[in-house]
Amino acid sequence: MHSIQRIVELTLLEVRNLSVSFKTNDGLVSAVNNVSFSMDSAKTLAIVGESGSGKSQTAFAILGLLASNGDATGSVLFDGNEILNAPITQLNRVRAAEVAMVFQDPMTSLNPYMRVSEQMIEVLIHHKGMSKSDAMREVLALLDAVEISDAKSRVRQYPHEFSGGMRQRIMIAMSLLCRPKLLIADEPTTALDVTVQAQIMALLAGIQTEFGMGVILITHDLGVVAGFCEEVLVLYGGQVMEHGPVDPIFTSPSHPYTRGLLSAIPRIDVATDSLETIPGNPPNMMLAPKGCPFEPRCHNACDICAEQMPALIPFSDHRLRACNRTVEELA
Amino acid sequence: MLNFIIKRLFFAVPTILVLIVFSFLLMHMAPGGPFTSERALPPEILANLEAKYGLDQPLHRQILIYLKNVVLHFDFGPSFSYKDRTVNEILSQGFPITLTYGSIAFVFAVLSGVSLGVLAAIYHNSLLDYLAVGITIGAQVLPNFVMAPILVLIFTLFLGWLPGGGWEYDDPKYIIMPVVALATSFMASIARITRSSMLEVMNANHIRTTRAKGLPTRYIILHHALKPALLPVLSYLGPTFVSMITGSVVIDMFFSTGGMGLHFVNAALNRDYSVMMGITILVGVLTILFSLVVDILYAWIDPKIRY
Repeated sequence: MHSIQRIVELTLLEVRNLSVSFKTNDGLVSAVNNVSFSMDSAKTLAIVGESGSGKSQTAFAILGLLASNGDATGSVLFDGNEILNAPITQLNRVRAAEVAMVFQDPMTSLNPYMRVSEQMIEVLIHHKGMSKSDAMREVLALLDAVEISDAKSRVRQYPHEFSGGMRQRIMIAMSLLCRPKLLIADEPTTALDVTVQAQIMALLAGIQTEFGMGVILITHDLGVVAGFCEEVLVLYGGQVMEHGPVDPIFTSPSHPYTRGLLSAIPRIDVATDSLETIPGNPPNMMLAPKGCPFEPRCHNACDICAEQMPALIPFSDHRLRACNRTVEELA
Repeated sequence: MLNFIIKRLFFAVPTILVLIVFSFLLMHMAPGGPFTSERALPPEILANLEAKYGLDQPLHRQILIYLKNVVLHFDFGPSFSYKDRTVNEILSQGFPITLTYGSIAFVFAVLSGVSLGVLAAIYHNSLLDYLAVGITIGAQVLPNFVMAPILVLIFTLFLGWLPGGGWEYDDPKYIIMPVVALATSFMASIARITRSSMLEVMNANHIRTTRAKGLPTRYIILHHALKPALLPVLSYLGPTFVSMITGSVVIDMFFSTGGMGLHFVNAALNRDYSVMMGITILVGVLTILFSLVVDILYAWIDPKIRY
């Protein structure tokens, strides 16, 4: 009895059969199909995939941030409570307070018409009922934690007076204000230049250990995944292709798509004239494929792949894969 | 900021000078004159009249004399068609009337237009949105010369609640219909601009951030979305305000308010040079002034704008 309770407490987030679709003028577009995963507290999970694979929409759906034409079905349990399609008042108690989010583009994600101080203290005033001066003290402490120098005077400035990297630091500090149990970082470094990317990832790693929170990192940068995350979820065409601990997936990928992704990383120690790619284009989600979405680009595809989407099944220690071919069969 | 204002006011002087010279020349280029009538005046009398009003002088002298009077004495000269009245008198009688019903109509149009636009955007694609869009289109396709007779028909002839025309400063009864007739189409334009700009802002990334922060919707709209959504409205409001407070011919004619709009048209028809110039200068100065006000408000809303 005691041990079961412990396990239940450890599971922070459980996503079951999450599907996201958008009504457009041209018809229904399905962005995420039957995605399931769970995450324990204080763990780090990477959601990896190329543009349009549904990774960002998965994150938005969890916090109810889909665009107004979007619709999510399935189940998202946070701390055992259903939050998918929950009433807005219930969602607003979870947002920022329990699950916080850092967005892709720090240049546009802060309100350009408001001082950084106001944008930050309003979070504490709303969620913690703090006074302005208490909230301000907390804001300054967090800006220090994300290494913004001279925070006391800079906090009075507007977002456009900060560089992109600094704005992302502000976003991160803002997301940490209520000490959330889970931080979702949606491609936090994509819009930044490479040296700043490294600084931001180092900052996130430091903060994750210091605050002991769970992190979902959405990215297409596999180098970042290897250095930062314990688990990885590979998405393609809105479906989970492979899911498991980072190390075995990187050393022996079990899915043709993961293999393609990994071999597309250029290596610094091998001289080459051309970069490796996966031939073909991502699927058009208007015409949802009947079989495996990767089938048209997969050189291991067989007849059944065009007809039937393989189920996501366990195959070795804590690993899951969705492929009609066995690992041994893959070329 | 103060430097900016001083600089703008400084540059307003040549702008107004150019305005005066151009309208002066255009006006004199139009055929006919203030004393042209069906029954031709004897040439001696015409010569006397023209001498009295300075029309016998060469045009450049006339402009210089006019400028001297306006700048040094703030005297816009005598009216050419009303023998016993000066332009200053006509303006000081007509402008307060249009200013009164114009500013009330402006406030009414802004408040109702903005609220309607915001509501339509927030309840996008709902019944309320369609209703608001319907009202907007209806109000926009009803020009004030259709609106005015409809109002008179209903409130004066059928219901007998409001006087069909005239003007009393202390009696709101006389103000209601001019205000409504003038405000309707402006309200519709403001609502339309507000709605589309609010829709755009509500989909902006920084608004998504505020939602992720768990802030209540009402708070997000009032504290985060309204300001940026009103920027495009603001640039529309500057010239709109000027055209509303300087009056509308239709309103002045229909409700016999005695406002400035009618004077302007009559002056143009009668070649009442001095009244026309007076009103043109007034509108020009107000336009420059309020575009400056709009620019200052812009800087106040958008911290990226610094002068």
